[in-house]
Amino acid sequence: MDALTHLFQGFGAAILPVNLLFAGIGVLLGTAVGVLPGIGPALTVALLLPVTFQLDPGGSLIMFAGIYYGGMYGGSTTAILLNTPGEAASVVTALEGNRMARSGRGGPALATAALGSFVAALIATAGLAFLAPWLVKVAVRFGPWDYFGLMLIAFVTVSATFGSSPLRGLTSLALGLWLGLIGIDQLTGQTRLTFGVPNLFDGIEVTTLAVGLFAIGEALYVVSRHAFAPEKPIPIKGSVWMTRADWGRSWKPWLRGAAIGFPIGALPAGGAEIPTFLSYTAERKLSRHPEEFGQGAIEGVAGPEAANNASAAGSLVPLLTLGLPTSATAAVMLAGFQQYNIQPGPLLFVQHADLVWALIASLFIANVMLLVLNLPLVGLWVQLLRIPMPWLYAGILVFATMGTIAANPSVVELLLLSGFGVVGFIMRRYDYPVAPVIVGLILGPMADSQLRRALQMSLGDPMVLFQHPGSAIMIVIAVLALLAPFLFRGLARLRKEED
Amino acid sequence: MQPPARPGFHRPTLIIGVGLFALAAVTWFDARSMTIRANYGMGADAASYFVAAFLAALGAGHLIAAMRPGIRAGDTDWAGVGWVMLALVGLIGSIWAGAGFIIGSTLLFAFTARSFGRRALPADLLIGLALSTLIFLLFNKLLQLALPMGPLERLF
Repeated sequence: MDALTHLFQGFGAAILPVNLLFAGIGVLLGTAVGVLPGIGPALTVALLLPVTFQLDPGGSLIMFAGIYYGGMYGGSTTAILLNTPGEAASVVTALEGNRMARSGRGGPALATAALGSFVAALIATAGLAFLAPWLVKVAVRFGPWDYFGLMLIAFVTVSATFGSSPLRGLTSLALGLWLGLIGIDQLTGQTRLTFGVPNLFDGIEVTTLAVGLFAIGEALYVVSRHAFAPEKPIPIKGSVWMTRADWGRSWKPWLRGAAIGFPIGALPAGGAEIPTFLSYTAERKLSRHPEEFGQGAIEGVAGPEAANNASAAGSLVPLLTLGLPTSATAAVMLAGFQQYNIQPGPLLFVQHADLVWALIASLFIANVMLLVLNLPLVGLWVQLLRIPMPWLYAGILVFATMGTIAANPSVVELLLLSGFGVVGFIMRRYDYPVAPVIVGLILGPMADSQLRRALQMSLGDPMVLFQHPGSAIMIVIAVLALLAPFLFRGLARLRKEED
Repeated sequence: MQPPARPGFHRPTLIIGVGLFALAAVTWFDARSMTIRANYGMGADAASYFVAAFLAALGAGHLIAAMRPGIRAGDTDWAGVGWVMLALVGLIGSIWAGAGFIIGSTLLFAFTARSFGRRALPADLLIGLALSTLIFLLFNKLLQLALPMGPLERLF
């Protein structure tokens, strides 16, 4: 058992007091920021990246792990109590959870979400630990053509397959690819779309894009609406603890949610919302109380929340083993790795094995910490939702811009940030998904260079992509996935019903 | 609740479609001006041409979609949006003029609070000043991040 030995060594590193401290700080910060309305895990990680600038890679990656899982726990709290899901993946949680909170069962809703997240993250992190070494063995044999095929699949599934509109999803992806062109081309030194501005030579920073689209775009969107529909958090009434009946109705949805979420997250298929919708539908079909769905059914919180966390942990599999981010959060995480010149991928497990396994072990530890933090202390986090909206968003903007200023104190960078904010506002307003932009920005240049490397090796013959079975199959899958939305009309209809 | 569909185009979709064509054109011309060529296979311009074509195709898709009724954005508080923009201008202006992080962030804080309907600008300026000073001390001294210096920052 290769994985077990490595994992034990990882735990050995992760339980060093200083690393436990980093994990604890990450978990605290992640939950605190994630609980704020409109801030999902991707933005939480992007906002907190500057905090880790000065740490050593090991410590900061461990802190990341805490921030990542903490942001997810915090996000579900907001979805349940405020009905403003910070990201698409929390939409389903908000659906039933907010109803439960409205009928005075907010406590059990939060508890089942936290416990479900814990169970799912535990299973999925174990899945990551055992799947990763195996996948690495496969991945070392991948040629550039195979990577190109994989990236095509990721592009299509992130943008077109599972969204509400393929046209809008693909438009978001195209915007991301366009932004990815900006800068000096790595292979030839040719500048693309820089218009002579030196600040653009290094390309667009993923964190600037993510913070602009999410934080500033969100603030603009909320301010444009809030005079007409102010949102107030629902106070938690009654017991925070789940009853025996709640437990009985929750544990199977947790396991099913984890079973649905992990494989979908682990495939380079993107789209964290799809497992939550699948889990929701499954629970509604299997429930003995189908009439409660839409009125606050606990299964409808337990299952999707578990699926959400399992798929988020699952998306670490392609990120760590292939260097392939398939969600906005994973893309920001990748930016964090690159900040330390660590390139995730099969080589990471060879060159920095101790680092990876300490990270994976820290995910387990962060998960336990979060359970301890969240169940008894959830009332404390809820207090954060009482900050008046004007100060809350003013503070969010100060922190958001501070991160950009700290990373790159230039007026051009701030103008870019504000511009992305306006774009994010327009996208929110007209229902364009944001994640494909970020995935496009980071994967676009990677796909470009993999394709060109493949063509260099074949002396310019494009048939190289079809001569290798791996890449040929993956390109076929990508084409099928592009056509799939027209077959998945049923799913779109389900969404309409729930909106 | 839905007003009857008006004849003609869905304006936002139309505008976004035209914008996509413009972006495609910019990308195309940029690719044409590239001078460095690759020895084998694709050069740096190939991806630009691909993205330009992709953007143009999506622009065409938007023009077609604009013929059908689209999303109607609800009521919008444009004054609020304007205040947030002003807040960002305040920050960028301060950095540009060398007034430093604290003054810039104070303006950002106070104007953003104003955009959400607060009418206590002096109080918000003070809160913003306290918050950004705290952030500056925390990050500049403790974490050694280089936040832009201005007259206020040099006092510490």
